[in-house]
Amino acid sequence: MEPRPAEPVLELDGVRKSFGSVTALSDGRLRVMPGSIHALVGENGAGKSTLIKVVSGLHPRDAGTFRFRGQDVHFTSTAEAKDAGIAVIYQEPTLFGDLSVTENIFMGRQPLRWGRRIDTQAMITEAERIFARLGVDLDPRRPAQGLSIADQQIIEIAKAISLDAHLLIMDEPTAALSGVEVQRLFAVARSLRQEGRGVVFISHRFDEVFELCDTITVMRDGAYVDTVDASRTSREELITMMVGREVSELYPKTPVEVGEEVLQVQQLTRAGIFSDISFTVRAGEIVGLAGLVGAGRSEIVRAVFGVDPYDEGAVTMHGRRVQPGRPQAAIRAGMALVPEDRRQQGLVVEASVGRNIAAAIRGQLTRFGLITAAAEHRAAAPWAQKLQVKTGALSMEALTMSGGNQQKVAIAKWLATDPSLLIIDEPTRGIDVGTKAEVHRLLSELAGQGMAILMISSELPEILGMADRVLVVSEGRITGEFSRAEASAEAVMDAATSRHEQLRREGAL
Amino acid sequence: MSSTAQQTPLQAAASAAPRSHHRPWWFRTFVTAEFLIIALLALVWMWATVSVDNFDGPLTVRYLILDIAPLMMIALPMTLVIITGQIDLSVASIMGLSSVVMGILHVQLGMPVPAAAALALLVGLTCGAVNGFLVAYVRLPSLAVTIGTMALFRGIAVGLLGTTALTDFDPDWTSLAQSSLGETRIPAISLVLVAMIAVFAVLMHATPFGRGLYDIGHNEQAARFSGVNVARCQLTTFLLTGVVSAAAGIFYALRYGNSRGDNAMGLELEVIAAVLLGGVLIFGGRGALHGVIAGVLLIGVISSALRLEGVTVNLISIIIGVLLIASVIAPSVAAGIRNRRRRPPPPTTDAAEGDPMKGTPQ
Repeated sequence: MEPRPAEPVLELDGVRKSFGSVTALSDGRLRVMPGSIHALVGENGAGKSTLIKVVSGLHPRDAGTFRFRGQDVHFTSTAEAKDAGIAVIYQEPTLFGDLSVTENIFMGRQPLRWGRRIDTQAMITEAERIFARLGVDLDPRRPAQGLSIADQQIIEIAKAISLDAHLLIMDEPTAALSGVEVQRLFAVARSLRQEGRGVVFISHRFDEVFELCDTITVMRDGAYVDTVDASRTSREELITMMVGREVSELYPKTPVEVGEEVLQVQQLTRAGIFSDISFTVRAGEIVGLAGLVGAGRSEIVRAVFGVDPYDEGAVTMHGRRVQPGRPQAAIRAGMALVPEDRRQQGLVVEASVGRNIAAAIRGQLTRFGLITAAAEHRAAAPWAQKLQVKTGALSMEALTMSGGNQQKVAIAKWLATDPSLLIIDEPTRGIDVGTKAEVHRLLSELAGQGMAILMISSELPEILGMADRVLVVSEGRITGEFSRAEASAEAVMDAATSRHEQLRREGAL
Repeated sequence: MSSTAQQTPLQAAASAAPRSHHRPWWFRTFVTAEFLIIALLALVWMWATVSVDNFDGPLTVRYLILDIAPLMMIALPMTLVIITGQIDLSVASIMGLSSVVMGILHVQLGMPVPAAAALALLVGLTCGAVNGFLVAYVRLPSLAVTIGTMALFRGIAVGLLGTTALTDFDPDWTSLAQSSLGETRIPAISLVLVAMIAVFAVLMHATPFGRGLYDIGHNEQAARFSGVNVARCQLTTFLLTGVVSAAAGIFYALRYGNSRGDNAMGLELEVIAAVLLGGVLIFGGRGALHGVIAGVLLIGVISSALRLEGVTVNLISIIIGVLLIASVIAPSVAAGIRNRRRRPPPPTTDAAEGDPMKGTPQ
């Protein structure tokens, strides 16, 4: 056997990246050796994605060293990183559906024959050679349309190999794969390791990390925590490293007398998205919906609010059934939803602040069926003031405001409807620390006034600090429910990373 | 580059920037697409008065109003449709079909004009319902749907009458269509136009329905999340274009005493040109009715002045076509200029911080 070369393929040290006032990555470190499969783990928002985007050339770094195959590099585009030999395989690859498998592999760099004609035969031969090497059985002539996600990933990997990539980064590749497909992907990854390439594997599934990887790097809050040998650590140790921090006083939830049931969700199911979701939210209570990104939390609340349909189950407000698939009915029943994506869903950013705040109460502002900007501003002003929206004028467009202020406008818009249930999806994503604390104080105050609050958050401290009760969603199912006293970072993380099949095996379902 | 959250698509910039509050009030009021087109209208009118023989004659305004009446009527609901980001290309065909229905019911079957007109309106409403259902509920693109129904409705109109023209309308009604207000030379249809403009102005600018249309045009998803019934709003706009186009067809048949399958052929392009000239953004979300009225008048004045000059119809089409393209390009060009001013070109020294907000003009 060849001795392992000592030089790492990829070496990152002290890499920093901020977006405006938000620091997404404060100290990114990663050392990937050739012939190694290296896991990168951490909570949502730990900075993994930002780190990968720096490596792939999507974001230039603000500071730090970045060495690839021993050379200092400064990628300004993904094309440069690709040319240097870095390939990223995403959870859901984007192939050209109408082109053949081979054409996708050689997109943009087809081998030519004389007369600048594409040498189709050479391409197909090469594609077959790569597939044989990877040990997969795929027809290189078939169109990419209709291939499973697993097969699409294989094509991306084949593309990386044909480019002779020295480093392959797989960003949660197994999230959408079945058991057999995962095993095939692992076999391919191992054969890449044999060839001496470096592989970075990002996953939330610890069993997969331990099965596949030899080295594990843990990140937390945008910074490097530790790199450990996979054979010398355990799932528990990793979880402790991932969440190990104190719940700060940033989250001032005050205890409240919990009142009557406001929202009741019974066996809500949407085929392929979530199933058998049942829970209640009571007046004065903050229920936290925890889980990993993509677990189906936003989809559940969207169905509850009627923006998305659902197939089975029932949503009840104050004991009365809410008509499915109609946000208007949900609003009438007293629901409000501050969605995840402010700019696409929460606000019409091109419209003025006043118009946005009044957007959900227009019906109440009319006189003889007519509405005026003055009436909208009169209704919006107290809410803008209450939430301390920093804006020159209510007639200013929401577009020009900071993320934190936009979030306040989105919240103001829904508080103006005087809801009995406030659903809030990622209340503090992408906003500065000061505004974050304001939002938390506000939520706590609203609960104190008897509002029922359902809060989705991917930030564990936020969930643990704010919620009276925590529901954990994993792969479209509720996999854990904890009271405030029972909820710990480890317990929530454990439920969020447990897989349904695993639970069934253990007889829990 | 550092602040990706501040970057917006070109169309959003094009729609949003004219109301920027970094400008003085007079700039925001007068340097808008609407006021530019009103200024252009004034210029063209002055030019025509001075240099086109007979443009200042007593009958010019009368025929101008009679000629643009169908255009003005249909431009109103068309504005609503385009503000939601859709388009309706079938309006001229509905107009032709409605004039044919009038001819068959009134001239051939002897039905009184009010009854025939009511049924023609119903036909228009049905046409609008077909468009609206396919766009709002089946969620097909309106461009494809209404190109299809443009051919379909026109085909039905021509199929019903063949190449014949029905002209034997009740003279009481045909003279009413061309009658004037009292002793003036202003046509009576002006009253109908003013009333319709008033209704649509209120609908667009002072009702929750109108607010919802702008929201849909800007961001359909956000509108849905706010409880706007997107499908019903879209259906309503297509019902309005359908029924108003039928009304325009009735007026057309009575004014010319003529019912033919190919009536108002090609008028949809003039309607859309007028609406876009009036500052309504083709991507939806932006536009105001005073601009649209100016756009209609501009097309009317250019056509009427050039006709008095003896210019051929082809040249008039060419001029309107050029104006239309200019009006579609203008917002994007303006946004491009604004963005360049706001974001200075990438600095050659690496000392400059890439903060886009700092370059905003005060």
